[in-house]
Amino acid sequence: MKFIDEYREPKAARRYAQAIRHITTRPWTIMEVCGGQTHAIVKFGVDELLPSEVTLVHGPGCPVCVTPVELIEKAIEIASTPGVVFCSFGDMLRVPGTSKDLLSVKAQGGDIRIVYSPLDALKVARENPRRQVVFFAVGFETTAPANAMAVYQAFQQGISNFSMLVAHVLVPPAMEAILSSPSNLVRGFLAAGHVCAVMGYSEYEPIARKYHVPIVVTGFEPLDILQGIYMTIRQLEEGRAEVENQYTRAVSRNGNQPAQELIKDVFQVVPRKWRGVGEIAASGLGLKPKFAAFDAETRFGVAHRIVEESSECISGSVLQGVKKPHDCPAFGAVCTPEHPLGATMVSNEGACAAYYRYRRVRLQDSATASQESES
Amino acid sequence: MKPEDMPEFYCPVPINQYASVMLAHGGGGKLMHELIESLFLPLFSNPSLAARHDGAVLEFGAHKLAFTTDSYVVHPIFFPGGDIGTLAVNGTINDLAMCGARPLYLSAGFILEEGLPMETLKRVVESMSRAASEAGVQLVTGDTKVVDRGKGDGIYINTAGIGIVQAGRSIAPAGVIPGDAVLLSGDIGRHGIAIMAVREGLAFESAIESDCAPVAEPVLALIEAGIEIHCLRDLTRGGLASALVEIAEAARIHVGIQEAAIPVREDVRGACEILGFDPLYVANEGRFVAFVPSRDTERALALMRSHPLGAGASLIGSVTRDPAGLVTMRSSIGASRIVDMLSGEQLPRIC
Amino acid sequence: MSIEGEDPLFRSGRVNFGGVIKQINLAYVPEAKVGDYVLVHVGFAINTIDEEEANQVFEYLREMDELADLESNEAK
Repeated sequence: MKFIDEYREPKAARRYAQAIRHITTRPWTIMEVCGGQTHAIVKFGVDELLPSEVTLVHGPGCPVCVTPVELIEKAIEIASTPGVVFCSFGDMLRVPGTSKDLLSVKAQGGDIRIVYSPLDALKVARENPRRQVVFFAVGFETTAPANAMAVYQAFQQGISNFSMLVAHVLVPPAMEAILSSPSNLVRGFLAAGHVCAVMGYSEYEPIARKYHVPIVVTGFEPLDILQGIYMTIRQLEEGRAEVENQYTRAVSRNGNQPAQELIKDVFQVVPRKWRGVGEIAASGLGLKPKFAAFDAETRFGVAHRIVEESSECISGSVLQGVKKPHDCPAFGAVCTPEHPLGATMVSNEGACAAYYRYRRVRLQDSATASQESES
Repeated sequence: MKPEDMPEFYCPVPINQYASVMLAHGGGGKLMHELIESLFLPLFSNPSLAARHDGAVLEFGAHKLAFTTDSYVVHPIFFPGGDIGTLAVNGTINDLAMCGARPLYLSAGFILEEGLPMETLKRVVESMSRAASEAGVQLVTGDTKVVDRGKGDGIYINTAGIGIVQAGRSIAPAGVIPGDAVLLSGDIGRHGIAIMAVREGLAFESAIESDCAPVAEPVLALIEAGIEIHCLRDLTRGGLASALVEIAEAARIHVGIQEAAIPVREDVRGACEILGFDPLYVANEGRFVAFVPSRDTERALALMRSHPLGAGASLIGSVTRDPAGLVTMRSSIGASRIVDMLSGEQLPRIC
Repeated sequence: MSIEGEDPLFRSGRVNFGGVIKQINLAYVPEAKVGDYVLVHVGFAINTIDEEEANQVFEYLREMDELADLESNEAK
């Protein structure tokens, strides 16, 4: 397909890999903050092409990964309410709450539907005027324009049986949280291309300056990622800390103005809880008072439900070879393939663990490999 | 390496212990396999079951019979390229073919929901009749039950099939040995996408049709030509990936495949991109993989390609000893990764 | 492939993904015309693809190669 396949071309990939090897003189830890990029890296094995001095850390780039237990519990409560049609993107359905996930609610009779767009959920609301239809609005800034549009259209058309459980999160505050930690090891960032297609990248400039880290806006195909890594390392080797744009075919400095305007009309910046961490100030989006009627938390009375982040994640992952999720290290630590931050792979069902197991296989002698793969 | 003051982001690894049956238990992935291993197999243990193949091979004096059973619950009942009836007949035929058998007789049990239009039932049964006669099999016994409205999804069909094994050598995962070539009979992903397209209202420039078809002929051609087939597996739920992982685990060998060698049609790929699916895991209904000695690769491919259903046959990989139990794939940019089994149904990935 | 809808908010178009056609909301790409390529996310086009920039990934590689050649020539 045009504008996709070209960026998966093997020879070009190898040449970029060579170029990276050529300029790298010291170990560098680079973080990418997008589930889509993590996915592409694992799927295409991009990190395998990199020299050992370059460590790729998978950041909090997938809403699945950062959605707090409290929010899943609220979702479960709403979805279990008789008469509610709960619409969500597929990958949210298997995120565990304290003891259940949305799929269990479905098994017990909840009307939970997978949608590909918030407008699909709005359509369900239109077609079922007597049912309460709730859309689970998670995502980074990339999905915000779509969610804003859904609420706006609902408002314009008076679709009062529609509401949204909003859990938008913003990338820059997450990056600052990582960078401001005293034990941070991340020296460069690949900024999420699609987030920047919407928001532009001017808001990363102060961050690059303040923390002296290069930030390269990067796309999602293997060649994009390799070029992004190259540009980041070049900056690191040259001692620069600027915001550069690798994804020029889709991203401009100011981003998409109409999208940003609608986001500003519908949403406001609010504090948000992040899984395992708790609250980070000004790190999320919530509905503005004008649209508060469409807020599912208020409508279903779950706004004040507080669930403590447990220090133990629900495991059940013996199958997948990951011991206790406890042992998954935090962002900013060296998140090596031995200790991957697997959450972004929930939607890919253990690909993270597969990636992890694969690394162990490669690092062992083949003689012991078969033993390892059995454990 | 966890300093106390570090923000700790925890990994929400999915639950895999459920108190009730989940859709995922029927998805062809890990949860289903676990259910079979932990609940069913221990209670019925015998060598046939232990072989973990698509059908059972039973000895009756001088003959070996292949025996299989399947249930069909697909929704929508009618889809581009087929319906639940053609699925039922061809799926059963294919399971028998995977044992190296010539399919001969089928049974069909119908569970009908009160209110199912007669016209619908008639169309399904006519499809089955056509499919059976085209494939040269006979429906010899059956059963019909009706359940209250709301207790069934229109129509469920259960089948059983019997065939006579033609292959001299036993065809099962245990027969796979290092050095074997892995052949795929054609492009993947059509059936699952055809179904999803109906469900999601996708339009195609020219409709993607299910690849639902009986694959007994190409298989029998391989056997008759004297190709020493080590193992066969038809790709159904869980796609190419699940079939290969099942075999790698059962045979305790390693399967290495090349992404570039796996045929996927452009429109199937486009649909997968929109829907957030990986073609490796999408269901098929008229495709199989064959494990043959590497020396027979060219001959086997030529034979498969000479049949309309094997026209797209390709060599996609090979078997080595280690790492045992794993399937790895070399991606289009030249790096490798493990191809794992999903735990349940593939969930569309958005981000 | 085709665009319909008077109201800018509800402007949508038929978008072709390698042979699969889906109705996509075009409210955020008011400048998009038939024949343009767009970046689509959850049913919305969030930007048009700048075809000139699309080659940038390969131009960059070419420039790097030329530079590498220059360097190795100088070293001789």
